Amino acid sequence: MEKRELVCVACPLGCGITVTLGDGGEVLEVTGNTCKRGDAYARSECTAPTRSLTTTVRVEGGKAYVVPVKSAGPVPKGMMFDCMKVINQASVKAPVKIGDVVIKNVLGTGVDIVATNNAE
Amino acid sequence: MTNFDLAVVGGGPAGMAAALKASEEGIEKIVVLERAETLGGILEQCIHTGFGLHYFGEELSGPEYAGRFIKLLEDTNIVVKTDTMVLDIADDNTVTAVNKTDGLLKISAKAVVLAMGCRERPRGALSIAGSRGAGIMTAGTAQKYVNIDGYMPGHEVVILGSGDIGLIMARRMTLEGAKVKMVCELMPYSGGLTRNIVQCLEDFDIPLKLSTTVVATHGKERLEGVTIAKVDEKLQPIPETAEYVPCDTLMLSVGLIPENELSKNAGLTLDRITNGPKVDEYRETEHKGVFACGNVLQVHDLVDYVTEESQIAGLGAAKFIKGEKISGDCIGTNGINGVRYIVPQRINRETDTDVKLYFRVGAVYTNASIVVEANGETILSKKKKKLCPGEMEYVLIKKDVIANLPKDSVITVRVEA
Ligand SMILES: Cc1cc2nc3c(=O)[nH]c(=O)nc-3n(C[C@H](O)[C@H](O)[C@H](O)COP(=O)(O)OP(=O)(O)OC[C@H]3O[C@@H](n4cnc5c(N)ncnc54)[C@H](O)[C@@H]3O)c2cc1C
Ligand code: SF4
Repeated sequence: MEKRELVCVACPLGCGITVTLGDGGEVLEVTGNTCKRGDAYARSECTAPTRSLTTTVRVEGGKAYVVPVKSAGPVPKGMMFDCMKVINQASVKAPVKIGDVVIKNVLGTGVDIVATNNAE
Repeated sequence: MTNFDLAVVGGGPAGMAAALKASEEGIEKIVVLERAETLGGILEQCIHTGFGLHYFGEELSGPEYAGRFIKLLEDTNIVVKTDTMVLDIADDNTVTAVNKTDGLLKISAKAVVLAMGCRERPRGALSIAGSRGAGIMTAGTAQKYVNIDGYMPGHEVVILGSGDIGLIMARRMTLEGAKVKMVCELMPYSGGLTRNIVQCLEDFDIPLKLSTTVVATHGKERLEGVTIAKVDEKLQPIPETAEYVPCDTLMLSVGLIPENELSKNAGLTLDRITNGPKVDEYRETEHKGVFACGNVLQVHDLVDYVTEESQIAGLGAAKFIKGEKISGDCIGTNGINGVRYIVPQRINRETDTDVKLYFRVGAVYTNASIVVEANGETILSKKKKKLCPGEMEYVLIKKDVIANLPKDSVITVRVEA
């Protein structure tokens, strides 16, 4: 058995969470979380950590230089830099609208990269 | 002279929420004056997520959060004037502004909401020896370079100050391929949210050096390195601990100051600690009909709280315009023993609303109590697992409790460790 102390990053409250792991790394118990999201965060953090990614994509033929984007859902934590590489090679044609899909299914993660602002 | 019921100065999240609330309350003639090209304020450059969890129950990025309010505003008859800089607010609430199309604008308003936000403390506010070559900038300026202009200001970065903007920029620069060598923090604790320390520093193995500061910068045309040193309990650098760190960029994230030039010129007294105007429970300043909300009033770390506070100010302004706002005998509020300040600074005894007292503590406490007292009696006491300076707290005081307090009472809030 192993105990891991985490800080939940699912919301700005930042609750301290204690996770008890079994010998095979499976989650036995989660305590300290204030809400369900904390439980889910702690379980995923100990088994398959993910993060949402926010960055910018180059805009072509518009007034704006770049448009902000986010991963529509969390991507595996270990793939953040690989995703950044793909995103930094991409560009979009102006105009861009909030919610437009800029890259579909980035690196086979099943997660789209979408615009989070309008760009002319 | 143009006539409006309400003039809102600043079109960030604070100004937009105040204007929308007043409009919902039936105020017809509202104008929002914004000096930038677009509405949204500083949120336009905050492209990371974490906005709106409280208010929308969703994790939005800054532009998305602002976008929701911009859309709501478009569906009202609120007049928006962007590229418009407010220059002065006169005693009779006449607002003077200037823009390219109207030239000099004089707006006579029944009520005014101040929502000018805050700006970052510049390097001049610190004493670091060394030349002023390129490569030294505030974290917010760097945020604008990267997120709006699409330009990387450097490759080897040291960040001074562990405020949220500095932490967010540590991650942002790392994702874009820069090497962030460390974040130095003068105090023995970080000024940022814990979640940002985890997901912006620990995720990328960026060291957070507490009780450490930058004592000198090196390099002529362009920054080549900085000297860092540990500080003692009196926050004085300890010379023996000095260490040279090569870098081409130094980002400062050493605090925000409310943008109160207009307020000062209008003769408003500012709170010594918040640097914002002193207000009552509806965020009315000492000047009748002039309200303030958002970062111009107190520096907020969560935009959700900015929205909440601005709705209170918008409601207050609407009540004032309709002649329904109570203003009479007030009781005071005071933060003591670890509580640095309280907003609002005064409360009308006959107020028609329960009042949240917002405050920040001056140090980190675990398992402490917040104790609220008036005239030697405890009004309420609340246990807290953790209190830290980086996070704003509040206590709710019921209006009947307020009504029962004698004239000239003061409500004090303190930490009991
Ligand atoms: C650089 C920086 C980065 C930040 N990053 C984050 C973050 O990552 N996450 C977070 O939660 N919070 C962040 N904050 C805090 C953030 O400011 C607040 O959450 C929120 O945006 C405050 O809203 P506001 O409307 O009070 O101020 P602002 O968003 O600053 O809006 C004020 C507006 O008033 C306008 N204005 C000022 N003076 C005048 C004038 N004289 N005439 C006309 N218009 C005027 C300005 O142009 C601006 O648009 C950041 C703050 C700064 C300064
Ligand atoms: S456990 Fe719930 S309340 Fe606590 S930080 Fe996580 S999401 Fe927020």
